[in-house]
Amino acid sequence: MQSYETVIGLEVHAELLTDTKIFCGCSTEFGKKPNENVCPICLGMPGTLPVLNKNVLDLAVTAGLALNCEIAEFSKFDRKNYFYPDLPKAYQISQFDLPIARNGYIEVEVEGEKKKVRINRIHMEEDAGKLVHAAGGDSMVDFNRTGVALIEIVTEPDIRSPKEAKAYLEALKNILQYTEVSDCKMEEGSLRCDANVSIMPKGSDEFGTKTEVKNMNSFKAVEKALEYEVERQMEALEYGEEIVQETRRWDESKQVTISMRSKEEAHDYRYFPEPDLPPIVMKESELERIRANIPELPKEKKERFVSEYNLSDYDAGVLTSDKKIADYFDECAKKSENPKKPANWIMGDLLRVLNEENREIDEIKITSDMLVELCKLEEDGTISSKIAKEVFEEMYKNGDKPEEVVEKKGLKQISDQGEIEQFVEEVIEENPETIEDIRNGKDKAMGFLVGQVMKKSKGKANPQMVNDLLKEKI
Amino acid sequence: MKLHKLSLYEAKEGLDKKEFSAKELVTSTFSRINEVDEKINAFISVDEETAISKAEEIDDNRAKGEKLPPYAGVPVAIKDNMCTDGIKTTCASKILENFVPPFDATVVKMLRDTGFIMVGKTNLDEFAMGSSTENSAFFTTKNPWDLNKVPGGSSGGSAASVASAEVPLALGSDTGGSIRQPAAFCGVVGFKPTYGRVSRYGLVAFASSFDQIGPFARNVKDVALSMNVISGHDEMDSTSADIDAPDFTKSLDKGVNGMKIGIPEEYFQLGVKSEIKNVVKNAINTIDDQGAMVEDISLPTTEYALTSYYLISPAEASSNLARFDGVRYGTRLSDENLKSLYYETRSQGFGEEVKRRIMLGNYALSSGYYDDYYLKGLKVRTLIKREFEDIFGKYDVLMAPTTPTLPFNIGEQIDDPATMYLNDICTVPVNLAGLPAISVPCGFVEGNPVGIQIIGKPFDEAKVLQVASELEKTLNLGQKIPGES
Repeated sequence: MQSYETVIGLEVHAELLTDTKIFCGCSTEFGKKPNENVCPICLGMPGTLPVLNKNVLDLAVTAGLALNCEIAEFSKFDRKNYFYPDLPKAYQISQFDLPIARNGYIEVEVEGEKKKVRINRIHMEEDAGKLVHAAGGDSMVDFNRTGVALIEIVTEPDIRSPKEAKAYLEALKNILQYTEVSDCKMEEGSLRCDANVSIMPKGSDEFGTKTEVKNMNSFKAVEKALEYEVERQMEALEYGEEIVQETRRWDESKQVTISMRSKEEAHDYRYFPEPDLPPIVMKESELERIRANIPELPKEKKERFVSEYNLSDYDAGVLTSDKKIADYFDECAKKSENPKKPANWIMGDLLRVLNEENREIDEIKITSDMLVELCKLEEDGTISSKIAKEVFEEMYKNGDKPEEVVEKKGLKQISDQGEIEQFVEEVIEENPETIEDIRNGKDKAMGFLVGQVMKKSKGKANPQMVNDLLKEKI
Repeated sequence: MKLHKLSLYEAKEGLDKKEFSAKELVTSTFSRINEVDEKINAFISVDEETAISKAEEIDDNRAKGEKLPPYAGVPVAIKDNMCTDGIKTTCASKILENFVPPFDATVVKMLRDTGFIMVGKTNLDEFAMGSSTENSAFFTTKNPWDLNKVPGGSSGGSAASVASAEVPLALGSDTGGSIRQPAAFCGVVGFKPTYGRVSRYGLVAFASSFDQIGPFARNVKDVALSMNVISGHDEMDSTSADIDAPDFTKSLDKGVNGMKIGIPEEYFQLGVKSEIKNVVKNAINTIDDQGAMVEDISLPTTEYALTSYYLISPAEASSNLARFDGVRYGTRLSDENLKSLYYETRSQGFGEEVKRRIMLGNYALSSGYYDDYYLKGLKVRTLIKREFEDIFGKYDVLMAPTTPTLPFNIGEQIDDPATMYLNDICTVPVNLAGLPAISVPCGFVEGNPVGIQIIGKPFDEAKVLQVASELEKTLNLGQKIPGES
C-alpha cells in the first residue's frame, strides 16, 4: 500500500459574544421560544436596513489580533445571494474580497511537536435561521438565530492529521474564550466546524481532490470524522477509484461520512458590495484601543505560570487549557505560599469531579479561598493527605469551609506522640507474625502495619510519625 | 375659497389662524379625492376614517389650547413604497397586494410627529421601476393635464395627486428620476435631495445606492418647508448622512445675483426634443437676466450614464427583491413544495418590467459577467461622479431639461422598454452621483407642462432651492390646477 499524506483545511464559524444581533437590536439569548428574538430588521421586512453593531467589529478585530492577523485598514460588507427559507432577505450579509483580517496563524502542539497552522482569513457575517420539520410534513422556520453575529475563520491547508485538526480547534477555542470573543459552546452551535480533506502520495507537492465534511458537533467528532474520511479516501485510491469533489455529512450514530447527495448545483452567489452599509475604515487609534484591551492569551499565561509560580511546562499547559480553570488557579496561586499545591488539587481531584459531573469550575461551591485553606491544613500537618481527600469531597458536596469540616467530623490529625504510641503498641501486640516477617527482612509487611495503625486512629494519625514509631519499636 | 386648493404653507397658516378646522380641511381633501380620483387614479388606498378622527383630535386639542406640532392637520399623501404602520403598503405589486407593515418608515414617522395627516398611499410603477406608472399591477394613473397621457413615473401617483390639488404635499422616491420626471410631466415641483439627506428606512428598496425620498408640492416654498421636516440623520439608516440640515426656507428670497450657473450642452442633445429645449432655454435666460453668470459647459461622460445606471440599478434590485419569496409575508402562490413556492410566487407575483430588471441584474452580477457589466458600470459611475465634482469646483448649480420629451400617450411606450428607459436620460446622471436636484415647471407646450432641472452640489440643497425659488418668481406661471382656469 502506497503511503499517503493527509491535507486538511478547516473553516470554523464562531458565534460572537454580543448581547444583540449584528444588524439590529434583538437579543441573542439562546434557548428562547421560536421567533421570540425577532424584529422587522432581522425578519427582512420590506424597507428595513441593517446597522452594524459596533461591538461585532471590536470582537472580530480582537479575534484577528489574537490570531496574529493583519487587520484590514479598509474592509467592507458584501451580499451573498441565494434562496432558502431560513434566509429572510434571500442574501446573507458577509464579507467577500476584503475581509476584516487576514494572514494569521496559531501555534499548536501535537505529541510534543510544535507547528504553526496559518490562518488565511477571518470575516464577519450574519447567521441564518433554523428550519424545523414538523411531523405532518410541514416545515417551520425559527428566526431567533437569524442575524446573530459570526466570524468565519479559515485556515490554509496546513493541517496534516486529524489529531492536528483537533489540537488546532482546541487552541482556537481557547484563544476565543480567553479573549471573550465567543463562548465556543459547540452544543449550542456557537462553534461550528467544516473540514476540507484530501490525501496525496507522500512527498507529492500536488494536493489531491478534496471533499468537504460537515455536521461535526464536537471536537471528538471532528477527529473521528476526519479519521474516517482519510481512511475512506485511501481505500478508494487503493481500489483505483477517483475521489469526487463533494460535500459529505458526518453521521454520528453510524460513525461514517455520507455524501450529501444534494445535486451539487454549482452555486453562483453573485457577491456584490452591500450598498446599505458604508465600508469599514479602521483607524490606527481604534486598532490601538482594541489591542490594549486584549487580555493575557493562553500562551502568555502559560509562560507566566511557569516563571511566576515555578510550575512545570506540562502543569502550566494543563492549567491554561481552559480560561476559567486558569483564572481559578491564578486566584489560588496568588493567595498561596506554595502554588504547586493548589495546582495539584486542581489537576487532580477537582478536574476529575468536574469531568465526572460535566460541570464548569465556576459552578462549584469550592472557592479559591477554600482550596488554599485546604492546602494549608494539609501542609501544616493538621490533616493527612488522605483525610484531605475526604475533606475535599465534603467541601465539594456542601460548600463547607475545610476547617469547618475538620472540626465537625473531628478529622484533625493526631500528632500527639503518646496517643500514636498507644496505637502502635496495640498493633505490634496484635500482629506477632508480621513483626517476625519484618525482622526477617520482609520490608513490605511494614505497609500493612502502618495501615493497621491508621485504621485504629480512623485515619487521623500522622503517617510520618506512625512510620517512625513502628521502625523504632520493631 | 376651496380648501383643497390651498398650498402647504397656506393650509398651515389658515389652521394656525383658525380660519378653518383640521376636520374641514381634511374633509375637503377627501371630497376632492372622491371628485377627481376616479379619473386620475392617483391613489391605491385612502384612509378616510383614521384621517378624519386624527383631524378631530387635533381640533379638540387646539380648542383646549394645547401646543400642537407645526403642521397639525395638514394632509399629505405617501407613495405606496414607503411603509406605513397598519396600512397596506403594496409597491403597486401583486406580491405585496395585502402586505401591512408593522412599522412606519422614518419619513412617515417624521411627518406624523410634525402633525401631518396621511390621507392615502399613491400609485407607482411596480417597485418604482418605470417612467409612466403604467407598470402598476393595479391601474394606470392619468396625467391631470391630459387624461390620455401618462403622469410620468415611477412616482406618478404622488405627482398627479399634487397636480390635481387632491393634496398639497406628497412624498415620492427617486432612483433614476422618479420624482423629477413625473413632476415635470404633471407641472409640479419635485425635489430629489442629496443621497443620504433623507432617511431611506422603511422605503422598500429598489436600488439602495440610488434611492432617495423627496417631496412634491405646487411651489418651491412648500418643498423647502417639507424638506425641513423630513431631512436629517437617522440611526436606522447607515447611509444617512450625519449632517445637520439647515432651514431650507432661509435662502429662498436671496436671488441669483452673482451666482455661477453651468449649462451642460450634452443635456440638450441626447434626443431632447426642440420644443423642450426652447422652453428650458427661455427659463435659463430669465435667470441670466436676474444677474446670474450663466455659462455653457460640457460633461462628456453623460452619454454613458444611462448604461451605467441600467447595469448597477437592476443588479441591486435583483438582490433587494429576492426577499419577496412567499415565505414570510406578502402573497404566496403555491405551497406544493419549496421550488414551486418560489417559482409560482415570483413568476406570478411580479410584473413584466420587474422581472426584466431582476433578470438583467442577475445577469450583470453572475460569475463570468460581473467584471464586464456590474464592475464596469461602477467604474463609469465613479468617472461621472468625478466629472460632477470637478465642475462643481467652478459652478454653484447646473441647469438642464428634466425630460427629453413632453408627456407621452398611455400605451405609447409600454411595449418598448428601451425607449421607456430613455425618459431618464436627463435625470439619471444625478442619481449616479448622489446629487440634489429639483424639477420646476418652466412653461407649457400645447397645454403640456415642461420642467427644468436644477442640480446642486452634495448637501447644497439650499442653493438649489434658492435658484428654483427665483425662477418660480420670475417666470410667474402661477400655481395652475388642471381643469380650473
